[in-house]
Amino acid sequence: MAEYITGVITFSLIYVIATVGLAVFTGFTGLFSLGHAAFFAIGAYTASILSYFYDVNFYLALAAGTAMAALVGAIIGYPTLKAKLRSDYFAIATLGFGEAVRVLLENLDITQGARGLPGIPNETTLTVVVVTTILVIWIARNFVNSRYGRAAIAVREDFVAAEMMGINLFQVRIRSLVFSAMTAGLAGGLFAHYVCFIQPGMFTAYLSTQLTASVVAGGMGSITGPVVAAVLFVAIPEALRVASMWRLVAYGFLLVAIMIFRPQGLFGFKEISWNDFRRLFKKGGA
Amino acid sequence: MFIQTLVTGLAIGGIYALMAVGYSLVFSILNFSNFAYGSIIMLGAYIGYFSLMKMGVPVYGAIIASIIGAAFLCLLNERLAYSTLRKRNASSLYFMISAMGTSIFLENLVYATIGSRFYAFPEVLTQQNISFGGVSIGLLDVFAIVFSFTAIYALHYFLQNSRTGIAIRAASYDMQVSQLNGVNISKTIGWVFLLAGALAGISGMFLGMKYMVYPTMGWITNKAYIAAVIGGLGSLPGAVVGGLLLGVLETFVSAYVSSVVRDVFSFSLLVILLLVLPTGLFGKFLEEKV
Repeated sequence: MAEYITGVITFSLIYVIATVGLAVFTGFTGLFSLGHAAFFAIGAYTASILSYFYDVNFYLALAAGTAMAALVGAIIGYPTLKAKLRSDYFAIATLGFGEAVRVLLENLDITQGARGLPGIPNETTLTVVVVTTILVIWIARNFVNSRYGRAAIAVREDFVAAEMMGINLFQVRIRSLVFSAMTAGLAGGLFAHYVCFIQPGMFTAYLSTQLTASVVAGGMGSITGPVVAAVLFVAIPEALRVASMWRLVAYGFLLVAIMIFRPQGLFGFKEISWNDFRRLFKKGGA
Repeated sequence: MFIQTLVTGLAIGGIYALMAVGYSLVFSILNFSNFAYGSIIMLGAYIGYFSLMKMGVPVYGAIIASIIGAAFLCLLNERLAYSTLRKRNASSLYFMISAMGTSIFLENLVYATIGSRFYAFPEVLTQQNISFGGVSIGLLDVFAIVFSFTAIYALHYFLQNSRTGIAIRAASYDMQVSQLNGVNISKTIGWVFLLAGALAGISGMFLGMKYMVYPTMGWITNKAYIAAVIGGLGSLPGAVVGGLLLGVLETFVSAYVSSVVRDVFSFSLLVILLLVLPTGLFGKFLEEKV
């Protein structure tokens, strides 16, 4: 049982890592990506191929996966963001990108196609994941509070006005896209070394949807909101596993319900901070 | 070989065009990507299959049942998942997530209730060929072409000539101004979803006959999105041209190169085209709304 709980926590945190990056991209630039499963897959495959076929050290492999995802993010982001695609066009372009990567993974020799890669060394432990999560959240928080982060918020609120104030739209967007690709790649690497088996079927548009949905449900423009939403979206279906297929039915229903009844997301623009906890205890004491 | 491939391509392209038109119709009026459309197509196929096989309705009856069923499901989808957002003037992002939620909900509802089995239509319908000057062409393909074009023409005629059609065109041009001029927006949008659903029913039926009926068959609407984007989102002639172009090109690629690269080809075509023509072939240049 303890092992099972550890497993659920590890999974949730891996999703949290990917979600935080996407929260920085979608939540802080207003663009909507439906292809982040591709970055997740690129990170997972790069890291596993290195550690599986070439016996590269786990941390080096993780770093390589992250770097690869960042590189691909820059390659796909440069033309699409330069062309200033409207939000729907951008969303569909990323959807296409995600599917194209999946089809490629299914047909390359090194990825062993649809059979996938079995027997990846099990290196991801709870400690590693916890440390990485804290690190990623810390970096994301600093990014959001930095000059670049505030520029990104300005872009989200009103990109025409932001551009007039001298903010380089393209630079802000590509920087946050590359950051989110990196965290997705990192999460992918951790995922692969935790489940020890990956195949292209794991990285479908469904995964991308889940990541984006966590961001929107948690509240666009918040970091902690999506973190909580990501945990809920992984942990609750896990807890409801007895209900098998019905849990995904409930998940879809929940998404629609959140959009209708609480469009600002569970947490809106608020961040959960230590002060909230302090206040909570003060109330309890008084 | 060439003519045979062309006809197959046109048949697939016709179905893509149907889906892309349905999708573009919704986009033109509400300005968002209706990701639930694939699930409506899937449900249309199920309705067609079950009324044909389990209730003994003749083929044409099954097609009509699937059209009517899908049309009402599509309307229901709008009333439950989008109308509240519409009244609140929410941004298209919320519509998209709501649509995705609907799609996940419907797909898994089918898994949970009907199961993940693949259903195939009887072979009598799908295996007939007509020979014509040395090439044999599937009867189903011919049917798909004829039916798709008839449906698209009927839609075009309806939009150009009926009062509702004029209201739809006015609303897609400027919703607020048309409302000021006495167009009942809620009713007009209801019509749009009914029409899009009807197209979903036809395309679902043909897709089911050509391939099979199963819960995730809605993924094929990805191709419809691509077709609509190639033609320019919200443009109906663009959707038709985009669908045909994509269907024919894809069939030629899978016939002459390999069927493996077919999907990669379509997606790369999408990305490349977006870079050259960011609003598609027939798209108006739309700035992001401020």
